[in-house]
Amino acid sequence: MRRIGIDVGGTNTDAVLIEEGKVVRAVKAPTSEDVTTGILDSLKSLGSTGVLAGRRIDGVMIGTTHFINAVVQRRHLSKVAALRLGMPASASLPPFCDWPEDLAELVRGGVWMVEGGHEYDGRPFMPLDEAAVTKAAGEMTAKGLKSVAISSIFSPLDPSHEKRAAELVAAVVPDAVITCSSDLGRIGLLERENAGLLNAALADLSRDTIAAFEKAIGDSGIEAPLFITQNDGTVAEAHQARRLPVYSFASGATNSMRGAAYLSGLSDAMVVDVGGTTTDVGQLKHGFPREANSVVKVGGVRTLFRMPDLLSIGLGGGSHVSLDPVKVGPVSVGYRLLKDGIAFGGRQLTTTDIAVASDVLKLGDKGKVAHLDATTCQKVFAEAARLAEEAIDRMKTEAGDVPLIAVGGGAFLIPDKLPGVSKVIHVEHGDCANAVGAAIAQVSGECDQIFKDMTRTDAIAAAQSIANDRAVAAGADAKTLSTIESEDMPLAYLPGNSVRVRVRVVGDVAAS
Amino acid sequence: MSLRELSLDDIEALAVGAWVLGTGGGGNPYLPLLNMRALYRDGHRVRLMDAADLADDDWVGTVANMGAPLVGQERLTDSLTLARAVSAMERHIGKRFAALMSMEIGGANGVRPFMAAAHLKRPVVDTDTMGRAYPEAQMTSVAVGGLAPYPLTAVDVRGFESIVHKVPTWKWTERVARKICVEYGSVAATCQPPRTGAEVKKWGIHGTTTKAIAIGQAVREAQRQHHDPIAAILSVEPGKLLYKGKVLDVARRATEGFLRGVLRLDGLDDWRGSAMTINFQNEWIVAWRDDKPLAMTPDLICVLDSVSGEAVGSETVRYGQRVTVIALPPPAVFLSPRGLDHVGPRAFGYDIDFRSVFDA
Repeated sequence: MRRIGIDVGGTNTDAVLIEEGKVVRAVKAPTSEDVTTGILDSLKSLGSTGVLAGRRIDGVMIGTTHFINAVVQRRHLSKVAALRLGMPASASLPPFCDWPEDLAELVRGGVWMVEGGHEYDGRPFMPLDEAAVTKAAGEMTAKGLKSVAISSIFSPLDPSHEKRAAELVAAVVPDAVITCSSDLGRIGLLERENAGLLNAALADLSRDTIAAFEKAIGDSGIEAPLFITQNDGTVAEAHQARRLPVYSFASGATNSMRGAAYLSGLSDAMVVDVGGTTTDVGQLKHGFPREANSVVKVGGVRTLFRMPDLLSIGLGGGSHVSLDPVKVGPVSVGYRLLKDGIAFGGRQLTTTDIAVASDVLKLGDKGKVAHLDATTCQKVFAEAARLAEEAIDRMKTEAGDVPLIAVGGGAFLIPDKLPGVSKVIHVEHGDCANAVGAAIAQVSGECDQIFKDMTRTDAIAAAQSIANDRAVAAGADAKTLSTIESEDMPLAYLPGNSVRVRVRVVGDVAAS
Repeated sequence: MSLRELSLDDIEALAVGAWVLGTGGGGNPYLPLLNMRALYRDGHRVRLMDAADLADDDWVGTVANMGAPLVGQERLTDSLTLARAVSAMERHIGKRFAALMSMEIGGANGVRPFMAAAHLKRPVVDTDTMGRAYPEAQMTSVAVGGLAPYPLTAVDVRGFESIVHKVPTWKWTERVARKICVEYGSVAATCQPPRTGAEVKKWGIHGTTTKAIAIGQAVREAQRQHHDPIAAILSVEPGKLLYKGKVLDVARRATEGFLRGVLRLDGLDDWRGSAMTINFQNEWIVAWRDDKPLAMTPDLICVLDSVSGEAVGSETVRYGQRVTVIALPPPAVFLSPRGLDHVGPRAFGYDIDFRSVFDA
C-alpha cells in the first residue's frame, strides 16, 4: 500500500509518502493563497528524490483547515436559504436564532418554515406541506439563492420529509446545492440545523477548494483517487467530502493525533501536539482521538460535530519568553518565528531561542543567544513543562500513569519525564504527524438512533448493521470493519423501553 | 404592590442559576433562554412579584412543561404554547390569574413561566413548589400541603388541549397527565392545578427565582473575572462544599419512565484517594462518600463543572469530566415527617433515615 498524505495548514503544506507501513519521505512547503501551488510544490519536493517515479499510488489523502478558517474568519461564505420542516412546533426559534449576529447577517439568505417532521417513535408529527415547500423554492429562486439547508424534526430517525423536500426544491431551483440535516446525524434540532446551515454556507468554497486539490494532483502527474480527511480521523472520497465540508472541520488536530498513534505504534495514550503558537492535548483510545460529546462551538455557532476532545493552551515553539519573572506564552510570534526570534536576528525572545542556546535545536545563529546561561534556560524549560503537565493532567481520564506521545514542531518543549506520565515518547517525523495521520486515515460509518421495544442486544446489533452499511457506502472494505465506539442510553420518560444507540465502525479504504 | 421588571441580564443569570438548582435534572434551560432573548428583542418584558403582595382570593397559574428532554431538543419549546396552557385553564375555571408561578425552579421549568408571562402580560410570583427539580408531580410543597390535585391542562403545539378534570391524589395527577403527554409525543405544556393567593403564601417556597438569579449572577461574574465560580456560589448561598473529583463512570438505565443510575467519582485535590458515588433518578438523590451516605434528598446535591461552575446534568455528565459537588439547604416544608414521606430518601427507594449535611 502506497499512499501520500498532505496537510494543508495555515502556514505550511506538509506531504509524506507512506509505503508498506513506513514513512519513506516527509517534506514541508509554504501554503499558497491559491492552495494548488503549495500542494504542487510539496509534491514536487516529495518526488525530488525519485521515490514517486513510475510507481502506483493507492491514494492521496488531504487534510485541511480551510473550511473551519472560512467560518472563523467570515470569508468565502455563500448565502443560504434555510428551510425547516416542523411547523407548528419550533416557530419561536427560527433557523439562525442562536448565531452570532455578524455571521447570521452574512449567511442568512432567507428563512422558510413549513409543516412536517416526525415524532420520537417515527410517527409523523405533521404531514409534509409539499405545496408550501414548492412555494418556498419559488421564492428562493426569486432571491437568487442556490445553496439550501433543509432540516426537519427527528430527521435522524426518519429522513423522508427532508429527502422529499429536497426533490421538490431541486425541481424548482436550477443547480440547487442542497444539504439535508439528516446527513449530519445527531438528535438536537438547532445544533443539527446549524451544522446544515454552515455546510450550505461552504458550498461554493468546498466546490472550488476540492477542484483546486484535484487540479494539483492532476498537474503533478500522480494518478490516484483523492480522499479528504474528516474530523474523526477517517476519510471520505472527494465527491462525498465536497458535499459535506463541515465534516472536515477539525481534521488537522485529529490527523496529528492519528499520526502520533501510527508513528509510535501505540493506540492508547495521551498526545501532546506542540505547534508554533498552541499546544493541543488529547487522548487516543483504540488509535482514535476521544471525542467531545457535548456541544462544540464553531465560529460562535453551536453544533454537535464529531470532534476530538482537545485542550489548547498558549504554548509553542514561537511563544514569547520573559525572564524576570520567568513567563512563557500565551503570545507567540507565530509564522514570523524565523524573522522575529533573537537567534534569527529579531528582537523577541522565544522558546526556540532558548532551545538554540541550550543546543536542543540547531537553527539560526547560536552566537546571538550566547548570553542565555544554562540556569536561565532550565528555568524556561521547567515553566514550559509545568504548563504542559497541567494541561495533560486536566485531560487525563484515568488515575494511573499513562504514556505520552509528543509531536509537532515544538515537541522539544516536552521533557522526557513528567509527573503522571509513564514515559514520554518522541517519534521520528513527529513534526509531520498531521500529514502522516492523513495518509493512514480509514473510512467510518455511524448510527445514532432511537430503538423501541427491542432488547438492548438487538438494538445494538441493529445499530451496528446500519453503521456497517454506511461505512461500506462511504468506500470501506467490508472485510476490515471494526467497531470502535458503542454506547447506549435509555431514554427517560419515553415509553416502550426506548434506547438511543450510537455505534461507530471503521475500516480500511477499499481497493479501487 | 411592588413589581420588579427583570432585565435580560437577570434572565441570563436565571438560566444559569436554575440549572444549578436543577440538581442534575429538570433539563437545560438553554431553549427557554433563547425564547426569552427573542421575546425581549421583540419588546416584551416580564415582572417579578412577592407572594406576600398577593390577595388571599387572587388566582395563580402554575406553569410547567412535562416530558422527555430529548423530545424538547427536537421540537424545541414554544412560548405561545405555554401561554395557551394557561389560557385553557382560565377558560376551564372561569377565573383570571392575577399572576403566574413556577412549579419547579430547577432546570428549564424555572424559566418557562416567564415565557407565558411575556405573552399574557402577568407578573410572575417569586415562588415555586419544589425549590429545585424533582421527577414527579406529587413531589411538591403543594402536594405535601394536601392541596387539591386537579384540574390540570395539557396542551400540544398542534392545538390539542386536554383537561384532567378530577383525580383523587397527586400520584393520579402524575399518572393521567403522563399518559396524555406520551400520546402528544412525550412533551406537553401544562398549567398545574390553580392556587389561591392564600395557598401560595402558605405552601409556596418563596424567593426561589431571586435565589436562582443570585446564583447565576455569582457564576457569571466569577467567569468574567476569572475567579472561582464555585466559591462565588458559596458566597451567596449558605451551601457546603462536599467533594472535588473527576467522573470515573456513569451507569444509566431507564426504568418506569425515569433515568436512573449511578455516577462514580474519583477524588482530586483534598479528596485524593476518596471515592464518591451519587445515585440519580433524573436528579441527584443520594451521595455516598467512601460507601457512607453523605448527602441525600431533600438536601440539594449540585454537581458542577469545576472550571465553569455551571451545572452538570445526569443525562449529559460524561467520563473524565472535572466536577465539584456542593450541597444547598432544602426548603423547610420538606423537612416535616409528611415532607420526607414525599421527597425523603425512602420516597426514592433508599432505606436510610434522612440526615441533612447542614445538621452536622
